[in-house]
Amino acid sequence: MIAENLVYTRPEGFTDTPTHYCPGCTHGVAHRLVAEVLQEMDELENTIGVAPVGCSVFAYNYFDSDFVEAPHGRAPAMATGIKRVMPDRIVFSYQGDGDLASIGMGEIVHAAARGENLTVIFINNANYGMTGGQMAPTTLPGMKTTSSPNGRDVETQGYPIRVVEMLSSLDGVGYAVRRSLHDPKNIRLAKKAIRTAFETQKRGLGFSIVELLSTCPTNWGMTPANALKFIDQQMIPMFPLGDYKMADAVKQIKA
Amino acid sequence: MTKELWKGNEAIAEAAVRAGLEAYFGYPITPQTEVLEYLSRRMPELGRVFLQAESELGAINMVYGAACTGVRVMSSSSSPGVSLMMEGISYIAGTEVPAVLINVMRGGPGLGNIAPAQGDYNQAVHGGGHGDYQPIVLAPASVQEAIDLTMLSFDLAEKYRAICMLILDGSIGQMMEPAEMPAMRPVQRKDWDWATNSKQGKRARRILTSIYLEPLDEENTNLRLLRRSQEIQANEVRYKEYFLEDAEIVIVGFGTAGRVALSAVREARAQGIKVGLLRPITLSPFPNKIIDELAERAKAFLVTEMNSGQMLEDVRLAVRNRAPVEFYGRMGGVVPFPDEILSEIKRIAAGNLRADVNPRDAWLERMPASH
Repeated sequence: MIAENLVYTRPEGFTDTPTHYCPGCTHGVAHRLVAEVLQEMDELENTIGVAPVGCSVFAYNYFDSDFVEAPHGRAPAMATGIKRVMPDRIVFSYQGDGDLASIGMGEIVHAAARGENLTVIFINNANYGMTGGQMAPTTLPGMKTTSSPNGRDVETQGYPIRVVEMLSSLDGVGYAVRRSLHDPKNIRLAKKAIRTAFETQKRGLGFSIVELLSTCPTNWGMTPANALKFIDQQMIPMFPLGDYKMADAVKQIKA
Repeated sequence: MTKELWKGNEAIAEAAVRAGLEAYFGYPITPQTEVLEYLSRRMPELGRVFLQAESELGAINMVYGAACTGVRVMSSSSSPGVSLMMEGISYIAGTEVPAVLINVMRGGPGLGNIAPAQGDYNQAVHGGGHGDYQPIVLAPASVQEAIDLTMLSFDLAEKYRAICMLILDGSIGQMMEPAEMPAMRPVQRKDWDWATNSKQGKRARRILTSIYLEPLDEENTNLRLLRRSQEIQANEVRYKEYFLEDAEIVIVGFGTAGRVALSAVREARAQGIKVGLLRPITLSPFPNKIIDELAERAKAFLVTEMNSGQMLEDVRLAVRNRAPVEFYGRMGGVVPFPDEILSEIKRIAAGNLRADVNPRDAWLERMPASH
């Protein structure tokens, strides 16, 4: 008889609903990390999530906590409304790059500037996934999308926005970090960052955002394996990983 | 309680506080800014939430978020700002959460001006946001009524899980009148069975959303909202009648236009003309039934508004060609004088009607080409 050791299970923070994400997409990894962190912090019962418009519009189906669904880009405003009337709850938004860095740029900047005690999980996959792969504010120069068919021409279509670098200049931000989901080592680092972000919120140390470089094999037209390589070789040089803002009090957190 | 002098916008703000307002999110815009300014002092002193948002988009979505937790929440704005809020209003309606919105209307379209107008009737009453929904819309004609309707708006919003809008023209927001403020009601945080206020180890998770990807699910929601509107229509119609018992001419006007019309009606009565006034207080639900009854006995209707005849169409629908419906409006932030309405009453009393012409076209012919 062979002894079996259970080493991997569905986190308790998930519902039984299978995700709708494409094969090879790292949204599922990001979801799992958030669910594990909330479970480890024993905060699922105390959490209200805010889902965006985009691929993760149905995020609320997967987390076993209360959830609301925001208009496109407005998740930080909705989260602000919730957190201000229920300051003892854990409130987080989960947003993609079109949602957060394009249509919702006003809402994210001001939520950060006000130092709202929120956590934002920001998925950067360099395109609008849900609508079929159009150019996003984070699309790389020269990158082909369905609305930049000849490759993003910076002369006419501008340059990618580095969100956490930009937000890190705001005094209200306690923690702003960029991580990647392209290999196990970076996934572990991403989880640690997500934990620190929620701990920042729990301690009332200001706005926290974790940008996660994420794959989109379907719209990038790549195999899942090549999509992971694309993050490593193409995206990270444009969007370097690291802590861009860590308030002194956040540095003291021993998670 | 005794009467005090209250400015309309501040009266609305204080009335909301006394109705148990827990959170206010707003953005400055004339002529409603005093609501925001007043609450920026008043809410923190009571330990309640005041937040000046980055935009009206931000403000309405903060309202949306707070509304999902089930607390009493409000925003206020004026016409161009309310246009920006239409996205959130549609979402709030689709998610079926209660919220209150004050629109202190100004001249439009576009940037328009900051003078009193009623040009947002259609936007409010017929749903300015996308999709099928109908907000509750209340129209005060005095500072006292603004106070009373603000109190009522929270109860209605909660009862029907709907957005309740107060639309008033800038003059009511800006003027001071003696008014009686009701007693402070305590903040009551109700544990609604729909609110997303976190599980707290007591229940299964809840989701609040306005997305129904299956068309039949969406249609179910549309039907539920529509049937709720029918219920609101059956229970919540409010209006005020003046001199209607024997009236041969019936004026219909809301807010300040209705109030100016009342002065004209009094003067016409003094001159022996049998004229009365119906002043709708709820614009949605619209007082169809009373207009239907009046149409059985009135010889003519005159709709007067501070717009180009937006409520006019709803009156015509209720009258159903049983009597001529005439129109007189001023726009652009111009408030009509009672004399203008009086001369319209006299014209109609003299039988000088244009039954063959659309009332708006006939009115336009009477208006000067330009000032």
